[in-house]
Amino acid sequence: MTPTRSLIALVIRWCGPLCAGLLVAGPGAAVDRELRPYEVVGDEIPLSLTGAPGDPIRGREIAAGREGNCLACHHMPIPEEQFHGDIGPDLSGIGARLSPGALRLRLVDPKRLNAATIMPAFYAVEGLERVDPYYRGRTALSAQQIEDLVAYLAGLTDESVDTN
Amino acid sequence: MGVMRRFLRHAAMLLAALAAATPAFADPPPETPVRDDGLISGYWFASPETRAIQDDEFSNPGLLYVDRGALRWREPDGAAEKSCASCHDDGVETMAGVGATYPKVDEASGALINLGERVNMCRVRHMDAKPLETESEPLLDLTAYIMHQSQGMPMAVTIDGPAAPFFEHGQALYNQRVGQMDLACTMCHDQRVGHYLRAEHISQGHLNGFPTYMMRWGTMASPHRRFQFCNEQARAEPLPINHPDYNALELYIAWRGNGLEIETPAVRR
Ligand code: HEC
Ligand code: HEC
Ligand code: HEC
Repeated sequence: MTPTRSLIALVIRWCGPLCAGLLVAGPGAAVDRELRPYEVVGDEIPLSLTGAPGDPIRGREIAAGREGNCLACHHMPIPEEQFHGDIGPDLSGIGARLSPGALRLRLVDPKRLNAATIMPAFYAVEGLERVDPYYRGRTALSAQQIEDLVAYLAGLTDESVDTN
Repeated sequence: MGVMRRFLRHAAMLLAALAAATPAFADPPPETPVRDDGLISGYWFASPETRAIQDDEFSNPGLLYVDRGALRWREPDGAAEKSCASCHDDGVETMAGVGATYPKVDEASGALINLGERVNMCRVRHMDAKPLETESEPLLDLTAYIMHQSQGMPMAVTIDGPAAPFFEHGQALYNQRVGQMDLACTMCHDQRVGHYLRAEHISQGHLNGFPTYMMRWGTMASPHRRFQFCNEQARAEPLPINHPDYNALELYIAWRGNGLEIETPAVRR
């Protein structure tokens, strides 16, 4: 294993699943949940999946809502929502601990860091069994939604205060 | 054999607990009985309010099903004009301990069947009546009534002999990651027991309260309906009720709870 190879893993996963997505998902959905190629460097995905920064306000909505469903497992500084889960670590202050690139990899495919993790890969379509036909071939979140979440989490630099 | 299996089960549970990133058995309430076999009924993970509803015979909605089941037991149906009581007499006596042994291999067909399927077999084979629809009120009345006759008795499914291949299949399914969320039953019901998934307090996932009255649905639910729900949360394709995979899973899960006292009808959120 050369240092370059251990440092840089080039991930180009073409969207075979896109075709399946076109068959089962409604119009627009397949394009939205298309898996675009990305590059992992060390334990980060340094570049935005969309090529642009995300919107932290939308990111907060995704985290609190059903689509991201992050509150199922994490405490987050979202006080208006009751009942935060405690399966994963508290994400208050996570922006001070992890860089945007590290946050991005943890949302895209945390199994690259810990194959046994219960944290779902929100931007992956491969290696999954018996996925409900409605979701088959689609990523759980779109590239734009991942970027919105990264922007939101990166702004959580204070352990105690809800910064949004 | 039984002792060996029991030992293996506890070894598996212990390993699962050790393997988890976070401590298992975080916090069922302090009054939870501590048993030698380490089993904890889902009752202790329900909120105090929900437990109170289950405990009160006047407010537990599951008992309505049990009462209706007692009436249906004596109601003739089908071309043979027979009722369950025609052959099984008083269910309070003849059905005591029966539900505790399901799912079970049907000798005639060699298939693993659950209690609802057994009831429908009697209707078709012995009463010349149509099978009752899955998850229908009449079927849940009868299964609730039959399980209730085992209340206080330990779960006691058999996994040897003809049941062995079904058991092994069920065990594999229990440990298999499925769905877009890529979750296996064991990741929650062994490795995250006592943790909160939003407002839900994760239990060991036993079957000793089934069929269970689900407040969120306003109806009793069979084990398979619960499996469907857990599958849906993982965004995995739910299987139809009575699917052989669900029967195998049910056998494995029932065995994990062998020894746990039956509480039917339990009440859950
Ligand atoms: C099924 C439970 C579950 C869900 C749902 C979940 N996570 Fe996680 N998450 C975890 C666990 C457990 C960890 C701990 C790391 C590990 O196990 O690899 C974690 C780790 C993380 C980390 C790294 C934290 C650290 O301190 O290193 C971030 C960031 C994160 N999750 C964000 C999210 C976001 C954002 C969402 C929603 C889009 C989400 N998670 C949904 C379980 C979950
Ligand atoms: C993401 C976590 C999670 C996964 C994975 C999961 N469950 Fe559950 N399960 C729950 C929660 C939460 C409940 C409701 C609280 C409780 O009773 O544990 C529950 C309840 C149950 C119950 C009812 C327990 C009772 O006492 O009423 C059974 C049975 C069950 N699950 C079986 C399964 C099976 C079978 C699988 C795998 C196909 C599975 N679960 C996967 C979280 C999960
Ligand atoms: C004509 C007689 C007859 C009628 C009527 C009948 N059964 Fe049965 N039942 C049997 C026989 C015989 C068996 C033993 C297995 C077999 O041969 O099918 C049995 C077995 C069972 C079992 C399994 C017992 C065990 O130990 O595993 C259950 C539960 C059951 N019946 C429930 C019912 C219910 C509920 C009804 C009414 C809907 C009913 N039966 C009606 C004859 C009958």
